[in-house]
Amino acid sequence: MLSVKDLVKHFPVREYKGVFPTTLQTRAVDGISFDVDTGKTLGLVGESGCGKTTTGRLITRLLEPSRGQVVFAGTDLSHLKEKDLRPYRRDLQIIFQDPYSSLNPRHTVGAILSTPLQVHGLAKGKEKERVQELLELVGLNPEHTNRYPNEFSGGQRQRIGIARALAVEPRLIVADEPVSALDVSIQAQVMNLMGKLRRELDLAFIFIAHDLGVVRHFCDNVAVMYLGKIVEMGSKDQIYGAPQHPYTQALLSAAPDLNVVRGVPPTERIRLVGDVPSPINPPSGCRFRTRCWKAQDLCARQEPQLEPRSTAGSLVGSMGGSIAGSMGGSMAGSMAGSMAGDPLSEEHTVACHFPEVRTDLIAEVTA
Amino acid sequence: MTASPPTSHGKVGLHDSPSTQGTRHSTRSGGSLLQVTDLVVQFPTADGVVNAVSGLSYSVDLGKTLAIVGESGSGKSVSSLAVLGLHNPQRTRMSGSINLDGTEVVGLSEEGLRRLRSNVAAMIFQDPQSALHPFMKVGDQIAEAYLEHHRVNKARGRARAIEMLDRVGIPNPQRRARQYPHEFSGGMRQRAMIALGLVNNPKLLIADEPTTALDVTVQAQILDLLGDLQKEFGSAIVLITHDLAVVAEVADDVLVMYGGRCVESGTVKEVLAAPRHPYTWGLLGSLPTLGAEGDELRAIRGTPPSLISLPTGCPFHPRCDFASRVPHGLCCSALPELGPRPGQSEHPTRCHLSALQDIYEEEVAPTIG
Repeated sequence: MLSVKDLVKHFPVREYKGVFPTTLQTRAVDGISFDVDTGKTLGLVGESGCGKTTTGRLITRLLEPSRGQVVFAGTDLSHLKEKDLRPYRRDLQIIFQDPYSSLNPRHTVGAILSTPLQVHGLAKGKEKERVQELLELVGLNPEHTNRYPNEFSGGQRQRIGIARALAVEPRLIVADEPVSALDVSIQAQVMNLMGKLRRELDLAFIFIAHDLGVVRHFCDNVAVMYLGKIVEMGSKDQIYGAPQHPYTQALLSAAPDLNVVRGVPPTERIRLVGDVPSPINPPSGCRFRTRCWKAQDLCARQEPQLEPRSTAGSLVGSMGGSIAGSMGGSMAGSMAGSMAGDPLSEEHTVACHFPEVRTDLIAEVTA
Repeated sequence: MTASPPTSHGKVGLHDSPSTQGTRHSTRSGGSLLQVTDLVVQFPTADGVVNAVSGLSYSVDLGKTLAIVGESGSGKSVSSLAVLGLHNPQRTRMSGSINLDGTEVVGLSEEGLRRLRSNVAAMIFQDPQSALHPFMKVGDQIAEAYLEHHRVNKARGRARAIEMLDRVGIPNPQRRARQYPHEFSGGMRQRAMIALGLVNNPKLLIADEPTTALDVTVQAQILDLLGDLQKEFGSAIVLITHDLAVVAEVADDVLVMYGGRCVESGTVKEVLAAPRHPYTWGLLGSLPTLGAEGDELRAIRGTPPSLISLPTGCPFHPRCDFASRVPHGLCCSALPELGPRPGQSEHPTRCHLSALQDIYEEEVAPTIG
């Protein structure tokens, strides 16, 4: 349904260091490609500055791509003019991260929810009923249409944001860290609501988050981003159960594990040294090489492409060496998927010259 | 041949400084470093009195880490600000006792508080961007804190600032000391704030959500750093957080707050592996832990209470799935006492339910993770 191809977004930055000012480019998103099918959820994971929020805005055309394509239901949306884009805006909606700044404080909830209906000419003559229906759908009191956002709590405001996205009956929703700003117990409520709506309305989601636990719970497939590129992508079982890229492994390893209190021995934590390089001047070749413990000369010379990798002979972790030895190269990729009980529904791709599967990064608690 | 990744045994930029080598803390009285007893903090407002903290008691020893866990409005931050006397005395009503290394903080003069702050106890705030002075160089901010408590010249203060930046793992500390906070990344700013907090070697460090605003890999580095520094100096740490996974990995003891009160406390193992309060059960159930899956998360219904009009009786009862099992509607009418369960001496909890352990093991535990 949605197909992103070699998407690029650069933001110009003026530098005034020398005699003449120069324009540098912040390479926020630097060539990413992925597909999202109807009713499926893709998680976009990465740390600050990796380009995931920018990607969400490019897909919903809040930003125009510098290069590349965003193809929705067969049409390339990347450079359409606003009036041609308008009908597609109905299909691609966004939920923002901050419930406090994403609702106009001077509009009532009723106005916030009826505006998209008016813009797209929906529910003509029946806006009031539709707004009440939407509020009920997200678990809010339909009598509160005349209230202002500041009269609602953070969790409630986020529900209003969800209702606003749903008002026009979209087919895909980009949820940009929708629960990060909420308390833990409210996060669970909002996540359950989104899950319910997804099932009932057969919505596709692009779920942008840095919380790996939430992503695993909600998403079918996961793409891991670093400095504007996707470094690994696959089904959630592949990514969480058998990650191959060192950055993915470091992310999974860094997340604190509650299960240590239940007697599960803590896994050795991978330490990344240093900070993320600047997206204005990313490292040559593989962008992750400056923090990677396996980096070699090849990594600086040649940028690894995102492709499926065979992992024969390099399976590390609970599976042991004997299985690796008896596998052929092409089997390993599918084995990583079938090991976790997931048939070849999605390819597991990784952008690394020396990928190594690790299956021991997440402690599983036996019941 | 593939290299193996550096693991948690490697230290990040840490080395001993001659001025503090071998100096480990000890308390004046020989007892707990921090003893909070029946702390009450209220804010009178036009809409009514906000009961932010209603009778909180806990203690922290040197070398230990206490995690205070709760959501917005639980009183965790307000109670910690009170320890350093950071509330406006004209707008706050405080009672109870806060004994910090032998000195009573409640009612202490501003002069007395200034002698304690940064020296005996220091605080690290959640958002380093707003906690650091935006137009003062980072090195100057740290030096200022040092010069406040030590009679040395400015050059020594600057040298100390560079020393601290180095100790918290900031590369090129001489250059960085001359920069402003906005020139630092988020993780580095937090390290700078830790440097600022530790410059005078305080016995107690209060960290208010120190890693919430940071990426997970940076969070791991910062938590490691705090642990290393604690091992080196034997300081006590009070860690305020809502992240139970961080608590599990980093804290020794934990105190769960709700509606301005403690509802459960004990060692981390006791409270997180064998919790004894429906709110703690709810918090654990809300988490999509990395290793678990399920269709729906066990969310706590309802929303946190208003601190101006707290519910009668137990503050959690409107959201509690088990309140109906307590006879005579006790949960609505009577605030439960905080104490260990009959037959136990540890792990106090504030709940009217009698069979907490059984309910947890039979009904709650199977649904969590």
